[in-house]
Amino acid sequence: MKISKKVVLTFPQSLVDKPIVFHLIKDFDLVFNILRASITPREEGLMVIEISGKEDDCKKGLDFLKSQGVNVQPLKKDVKWIEKKCLQCGACIPICPTQALKIDRKTMAVSFDEDKCIACELCVKPCPARAFEVRLY
Amino acid sequence: MTKQIRTIEEINEKIKNGKVVVVTAEELIDLVEKDGIEKTAKKVDVVTTGTFGPMCSSGLFVNVGHTKPKIKIQKAWLNGVEAYAGLAAVDLYIGATQIPDDDPANKVFPGEFKYGGGHVIHDLVAGKDVHLEATSYGTNCYPRKKLSTLLNIKDLNEAFLFNPRNAYQNYNVAVNAGDKTIYTYLGVLQPKLANANYCSAGQLSPLLKDPFYKTIGLGTKIFLGGGIGHIVGAGTQHNPDSPRTSKGTPKRGSGTLCVTGDLKQMDPKWLVGVSMLGYGTSLAVGLGIPIPVLSADTVKWAAVKDEEIFAPIVDYSNDYPNAKPDILGEVSYKELKSGKIKLGKKEIPTGSLSGYSKALEIANTLKNWIKSGKFTLNSPAEKIPGPESGIKFRLLNERPVKNGDK
Repeated sequence: MKISKKVVLTFPQSLVDKPIVFHLIKDFDLVFNILRASITPREEGLMVIEISGKEDDCKKGLDFLKSQGVNVQPLKKDVKWIEKKCLQCGACIPICPTQALKIDRKTMAVSFDEDKCIACELCVKPCPARAFEVRLY
Repeated sequence: MTKQIRTIEEINEKIKNGKVVVVTAEELIDLVEKDGIEKTAKKVDVVTTGTFGPMCSSGLFVNVGHTKPKIKIQKAWLNGVEAYAGLAAVDLYIGATQIPDDDPANKVFPGEFKYGGGHVIHDLVAGKDVHLEATSYGTNCYPRKKLSTLLNIKDLNEAFLFNPRNAYQNYNVAVNAGDKTIYTYLGVLQPKLANANYCSAGQLSPLLKDPFYKTIGLGTKIFLGGGIGHIVGAGTQHNPDSPRTSKGTPKRGSGTLCVTGDLKQMDPKWLVGVSMLGYGTSLAVGLGIPIPVLSADTVKWAAVKDEEIFAPIVDYSNDYPNAKPDILGEVSYKELKSGKIKLGKKEIPTGSLSGYSKALEIANTLKNWIKSGKFTLNSPAEKIPGPESGIKFRLLNERPVKNGDK
């Protein structure tokens, strides 16, 4: 069965200059999409990726990463929309790159689709009500 | 105005008898499309409106009660945000845009402005304790010089909103024609006209529905911050002298209202502190006005639709900060609400700072209050000056100060 999974990878300093993610494609036949990456030489690296492939390939691939010393954690809700705080203004709508934040053009009601969110955080600071919370794993 | 068909007293009689017909401005539009203006005017007694957005010119008067021994407060802070104390001993005024003395503001640009006067007002109305600090110089009758205490709204003698400028009749659509991102009170604007932000409830917005201020004025009872408030009169920068459509709807920021109301009966849901990145803090205010249908004209004006209401597109990278009157074009609220507007050949995505679905909730709440008999209408004691008043919006005429001048 094919699955798709979002994970947060933290690379220790010793691994930052090694081409580890490459092996996910070559050895485990996985497709991956980098959602966010922050890699600084001589420091820790952080990468949020979405991997898709056969279920057991995904597991093997992630086990491989762990064996190399990469810290692997599932990405749950990285950005949380606090509906109660939302003013329903829609300032976030043109900012969201994936349309995870949507507005019903008839009622002008704002909604948030967690599954579409790539945790880019572009919406967080421009929100006048600060109705988004970032949870880093 | 066309012939008067009913009085406010008659409407109040119907409210008492449970026979009043109230519709929201949105529902009125449908009714007029179906039955026409005359028939609708005969049927409908009151049209309700609403708006919910940041309104910077908002603030709160409080009387905190006297201390033992007494203090004549000279400087005061609520949760670290300075309140104006240049009044009698323990009267204070806190404005929505005031930020804490130690806020980094825009020193690291763009500043986040996480907390300010608007948030203090929200915390008070939410029943949270607020930290009051005050200092003074001491007098014979007010010897105390320092004060630090928790305050709660329920312990205050008075707490009333006094907002010098709310409910702007129409507003600019902000764009950025420059080549770097700018941070404004209308949100973050990407360079090269990459987005456009507006801030009005359009066809639900109170003053767009009574464009010549025929039914409202000093004393008009309104929905304010989830409770009941009153119109004091025209607000600051009230400018009835703006270009209008053939139906009289202003095509620029135009009339404004000064409003007041007792904070103790308001709701934190409708008074929310906001943080505008790189700009500062403000207060999102929920405000709704009932429009009594006094004539067929009331209905004609109140039934204007989003496609008949136009706002000016203004460049906030250059024209706005330099007070140039130029606009890049006009666009209807129907286009703005569709999510994209056209400027020349360019298609620009739109965002809003005003919550339309919340504005509708206000109009519906007000409608239910009136229908249930708990809210009657007031006849205004003074009217709001219209275009005939000759009132014009002025810029400051700066004059040089000579040495030795007092």
